[in-house]
Amino acid sequence: MPTSPADHPELFDALFNPRGIVVAGASTHPGKFGFVSLHNVLASGYQGKVFATNRDGAEVLGIQSVASIDELPEGEIDLVFVCTPAAANIELLKACGRKGIKAAFLTSAGYGEAGEEGIRAQEELIAVADELGILLAGPNGQGVVSTPANLCAQIVAPFPPKGKIGVASQSGNFVSSFLNWSRQTGVGISRAVSAGNAAAVTVPDYLEYYAGDENTAVGLAYVEGIQDGRNFYDRMREITPRKPMVVVKGGATAGGARAAASHTGSLASDDRVFDGAMRQAGVVRADTVESAFEIAASFATQPLPTGNKVIVMTTAGGWGVVTADAITSSELELMSLPPDLEAAVNEKLPPRWSRNNPVDLAGGETRDTIPEVLEMIASHEEVDAVVYLGLGIQSNQARMMREGSFYPDHGLERIVAYHERQDERFAQAAAEISAATGKPIMTATELATADPDNAGPAAVRASGRLCYGSSNRAVTALEAMWRYRRFLERQS
Amino acid sequence: MQATSPDPTDSETALEPTSTLSEQASKELLAPFGVPFLPERDVTDADAAVSAGDEMGYPVVAKLNGDAIAHKTERGLVKLNITDSESLRAAATELLAAATPDDGDVSVLIAPMVKSNREFICGMSTDPQFGPTILVGIGGILAEAIADVSIRLAPLSSSDAHEMLGELQMSDLLNEFRGEPAVDRDAMASLLVALSAAADANGEIRSIDLNPVLIVDGKPVSVDALVEVADSTDGGAA
Repeated sequence: MPTSPADHPELFDALFNPRGIVVAGASTHPGKFGFVSLHNVLASGYQGKVFATNRDGAEVLGIQSVASIDELPEGEIDLVFVCTPAAANIELLKACGRKGIKAAFLTSAGYGEAGEEGIRAQEELIAVADELGILLAGPNGQGVVSTPANLCAQIVAPFPPKGKIGVASQSGNFVSSFLNWSRQTGVGISRAVSAGNAAAVTVPDYLEYYAGDENTAVGLAYVEGIQDGRNFYDRMREITPRKPMVVVKGGATAGGARAAASHTGSLASDDRVFDGAMRQAGVVRADTVESAFEIAASFATQPLPTGNKVIVMTTAGGWGVVTADAITSSELELMSLPPDLEAAVNEKLPPRWSRNNPVDLAGGETRDTIPEVLEMIASHEEVDAVVYLGLGIQSNQARMMREGSFYPDHGLERIVAYHERQDERFAQAAAEISAATGKPIMTATELATADPDNAGPAAVRASGRLCYGSSNRAVTALEAMWRYRRFLERQS
Repeated sequence: MQATSPDPTDSETALEPTSTLSEQASKELLAPFGVPFLPERDVTDADAAVSAGDEMGYPVVAKLNGDAIAHKTERGLVKLNITDSESLRAAATELLAAATPDDGDVSVLIAPMVKSNREFICGMSTDPQFGPTILVGIGGILAEAIADVSIRLAPLSSSDAHEMLGELQMSDLLNEFRGEPAVDRDAMASLLVALSAAADANGEIRSIDLNPVLIVDGKPVSVDALVEVADSTDGGAA
């Protein structure tokens, strides 16, 4: 059973860092998976050798294919990406074994998802791969992405930017969703794989590999229909002390209909049991797929908070009030402003500022106030994390000026450039101060999605961090990080 | 090979035949693990009930007890706040008369009446996917409607148990409340760990209900217990 990364790390390396790849079943038709996957491998800049098989030995995308694996060189290929029909795959795997291929990703359908005959075919596939010592990924999967290897072996787009999130999903669609968000937010991916039918390699196997992978900081998984919950729990419990794992589960609302002799039994619905088991195992369970991505992105780009005391810094009142509400109803603490910090901030602002948490600058800031006050807050020993609101206001006005009929006259060109420079500075300061203090600083503004080209959110992206679309979403992510921190403390 | 599939089927445990133990047998099974119960007397006629009540001091509670009696409150088989011998005699007589042939052998449990403003539910149940689980929640007759619960898998650590208590939406009920002292969280956590230990030691147990668990002088005490076990006829594999 070559499925555990602990027992067979070389097989997982063959999947995620192959020296060479062969696309089996390459097609000359640009609409077919056998074409698309070869295209995506070549287009993503993969540096290893690329081979292809095609029944007719046709040339595809400049690659001279061969009719059979047997014609390929031995010892140069680690991964076979299979687009051939199920009926052809047993012989294909055997031929791969003879060439020293260590991992196979099967996109082919017609297995466990396809009735009794398919289940039998899948069992045979598992047995043959087992005997050959080939790692079997899929079947019926969408593909594998590995940015350190510039590898996009997928039957669909996209290829995400490089980063530290490792994705494993029981649904290929959600691999695409996570990768699309990665592209939109700029928070990158290390590895991503669709488990397909997970005939041999399951989601926890991939997550275990990520836990030991120096390119990955956090695991992000979509699961549904877990068959052996206790095993899933045991595996996750082993993994989470090493790295944070974020899980979102489909089919969460089923259950509760179980006939139970006890009140306890009827209260212990499937979803509540899953929720409790994940908390116990130190897994961060997200409510939605979007939230799962944002929490993973936070683990990947922000320092882990060492406490739960948060200060909100805002340039305007209402945002701060709503953020304070969100913090108060979470496990985070809206700390009161320490007197020495209040005195220090007071030196920088006219008297109308809030003198409280949220620190509402109330429009009293001059050129350097935001970076200076942010640094004072984050550097204070009692503060564990900061939520920063109001980025992008100046650039929003700059956009209106640039698009209006008076531009560039009347001094508009100069002020527009100044506004945008300022927002860039603020975003950079947030990232730099966070890195210097080792504390999370979450920047939140709806401009992240409403106007992603605004210089503020654009500069947050350039800093490698996530610009949260609302303060509530930032608070949700920060709370998840705090929970994980507490889990780690309980372990030690 | 543990494959996962999008359409889980019901596992064997969901369909397994089970039966329930009487309240008294349930308590006897759980007490050695450290689950706190009130001292009580098990009697079979009204005279014995009255002498038990006289010895114990009033007010008392009288409950019909039997293997097949699972949900007493729903059937009106719990008489609360009995203040004197005469009322106890009437209550015991009425309870014994309410037993049906389906109930099998029955008796009457006499226990001191304790007062508490806070009721919790603590229990264990067997999930078809995750196996034995431990639950704590807001209890009483509204427990299922309120559904403010926290669940963990057994075996349970003390730290797990404390996390569960902190997770309740109404965890403020664990603090000082209406003139009553704060709940001893360590004692509450120990109770949950005791349920886990019982389930671990006895593979036949499929579920446990302690409802309500009352708070008396800050300490939890269970005034009811219902243990469900696998029917031993087919071996009852754990």
